Amino acid sequence: MQVNDNKEFQPLIVAFCCNWCSYAGADLSGTNRLNYPTNVKIIRVPCSCRVNPMFILRAFQRGADGVILCGCHPGDCHYTSGNYFTRRRMTLLFSMLDFLGIERDRTRVEWVSAAEGAKFAATMNEFTEAVKKLGPNRRLEDLRCRKQ
Amino acid sequence: MQEAMISKAKQLLADGTVTRVIGWKKGEFAYDITPAIFESSEEIDRDFVYDDFTSTNVSKYLVKESKKEGKILAFLKPCDTYSLNQLTKEHRVDRDNIYVVGIPSDGKLDIEKIKAKGITGITGVERDGETLKISTVYGDETMSVADVMSNKCISCKSKKHVTYDELIGEDGEVITSDRFDMVEKLENMTSEERYNFWRGELSKCIRCNACRNVCPACTCENCVFNNPDSGVENKAAADSFEENMFHIIRAFHVAGRCTDCGECSRVCPQNIPLHLLNRKFIKDINSLYGEYQAGADTTTKAPLNDYTTEDCEASIVHERGVE
Repeated sequence: MQVNDNKEFQPLIVAFCCNWCSYAGADLSGTNRLNYPTNVKIIRVPCSCRVNPMFILRAFQRGADGVILCGCHPGDCHYTSGNYFTRRRMTLLFSMLDFLGIERDRTRVEWVSAAEGAKFAATMNEFTEAVKKLGPNRRLEDLRCRKQ
Repeated sequence: MQEAMISKAKQLLADGTVTRVIGWKKGEFAYDITPAIFESSEEIDRDFVYDDFTSTNVSKYLVKESKKEGKILAFLKPCDTYSLNQLTKEHRVDRDNIYVVGIPSDGKLDIEKIKAKGITGITGVERDGETLKISTVYGDETMSVADVMSNKCISCKSKKHVTYDELIGEDGEVITSDRFDMVEKLENMTSEERYNFWRGELSKCIRCNACRNVCPACTCENCVFNNPDSGVENKAAADSFEENMFHIIRAFHVAGRCTDCGECSRVCPQNIPLHLLNRKFIKDINSLYGEYQAGADTTTKAPLNDYTTEDCEASIVHERGVE
């Protein structure tokens, strides 16, 4: 295999998107022909509240450099209150990751509604740039999962 | 204190109020005291002990014990009553089946700290105010109690019993402690320093699961770490990621329910300051969602089972503190 040493670092971003708002938002940004980086891999979840802290850690383990969680705006949850619980959980989890010395900019929560295709694209562009600046995830990676 | 407890236990056994007693039992040495269940006054006379090494929180045993036939008498120190209250709130214990006798505690000793001073062959300890007399097979030693006090007792948060059916001695007060000092110190470090600190600590973990097994908040019938599909089931961490994951998830699963009894750090054979992870969550919850002490009552909602529409956004983490 040829290795191009000049290649710019391309982060892997995992985006958990809730089925009802953010996933539809991502879809809208696609149908509107808006660009967002191919680094972003979307995982659809029924509700942002479905995301267990373990999911975030697992994503990092399997090679993600940044994890972003998108859900409906507070008050707009399809299940009424799921994203309120998400908000508390993720605040505490991110704070803990920060406490353990894991770069805080690798994680983010963003509320994206089904009508906000443009916001989805902008958020992903911005987040990918931020993670690109941080470089590869080394503090929360599993060496056994590193791609050769 | 021990005599008063023994006579109370015998009296309650004799009049049929309880059928069993949970307390502490003498071990082979003066300091290796284990929790035990006593069913007769003979057993109590022979083995029951309450002294400076009875630090074990017996609340967790009540999850199983309170579901058995007959009432059980539990001697609980102030910090243990918080754990019991929390378990009652979560419907994990049958509170009606437990007779709680609150006992005062003026701090327990840490045998590891005594041993670290080079003292071996300990046959007994005697506490007189702030001085501690240790008799060993090589002669007597004296030292200050504060020097060898268990860490969880140094930063004691309360001497008040939050639940009891009867008290022996006087009830104390909730005290203001400096328990968040170390968390704050870490928060003020740079992210690099914190990372190095925690690598140094967590890499010592041998995944013995003692912190989980002793924790009165960890009472799931099926623990996520026992799941054969998880890849981390009952095995030593093979990678720094697994060490981090175990400890983040362990602390997260008790966030909002941890009463800060300090048992996790006390039992850790590698002396990892696990309570700091729990305290970080407690501190965050206090500052972001209002003061909350798990186990202080049996009615209020746990912070992670609750929300307000005005809660802060997760981005608050990115905005505050040291980079």
